[in-house]
Amino acid sequence: MTKEEYNNICDKVMPKESHLKRYVISFFIGGLMGFVAELLTNIFINYFYLSYNDSISLMLIIVIFITSILTGLGVFDNLVEICGAGLFIPITGFAHSTTSSALEYRKEGFIFGIGSNIFKLSGSVILYAVVSSFFFGLIRYLLLEI
Amino acid sequence: MSYIYSFIFAGVVCLIAEIILNNTNLKPGHIICLFVIFGSMLDTFKIYDFFQDNFGAGTSIVITSFGHLIMHGAFLGVKQSGFIGFLNGFFNYTTVGISATIVFAFITSILFKAKN
Repeated sequence: MTKEEYNNICDKVMPKESHLKRYVISFFIGGLMGFVAELLTNIFINYFYLSYNDSISLMLIIVIFITSILTGLGVFDNLVEICGAGLFIPITGFAHSTTSSALEYRKEGFIFGIGSNIFKLSGSVILYAVVSSFFFGLIRYLLLEI
Repeated sequence: MSYIYSFIFAGVVCLIAEIILNNTNLKPGHIICLFVIFGSMLDTFKIYDFFQDNFGAGTSIVITSFGHLIMHGAFLGVKQSGFIGFLNGFFNYTTVGISATIVFAFITSILFKAKN
């Protein structure tokens, strides 16, 4: 049997997961994250009398804290598999990838394990955020002056 | 009403990511970087500010706000000390996310053990 024949048979036998279901789950879970963010922010503004920026910061801290704990317990990996983009596009994805690389390299020690590898997965986010902001910021500075 | 707007904004961003994920060979890591770049691109002409004013906190929780906040920090620096402040202010607003992530990731890695 050639490789192509094998692949054809594989394609026939493999169960096809419907895309629509994944889209609906992503939309719903992502939306739920947005809803929770708005809810927490409004609670902090109305009941704790914080400014808008402080409320956003506190909301992010709480979301990141919960994500880290759930990743440590091993629950979050399963959740990401089910929810897909709904959980890795919000800030939870950044927190999850950082925490899981810290957990994974814990056994190699504190300096060369956690220290060197904590940003192994999420470092690219910071890199491309900074580099793209530098160039787009330069464009904005030259065109708009502010 | 702001709850519905937040829901729809965050949901649509995640839906776009899922569509890209299912129809191309890109991995989640690629898509996150793409969205961060997209966030700072939208902020070049202050489009993301418009989103933030109209859609509430849903715009702050998606990763696109990361690029947007770095641009904002840079231009806060420009406001304070001219062009030198441009690079100085990059992390004015994003420190909270990065610091919290580092601290909680470190604490978690000490308290828990990797499952597999």
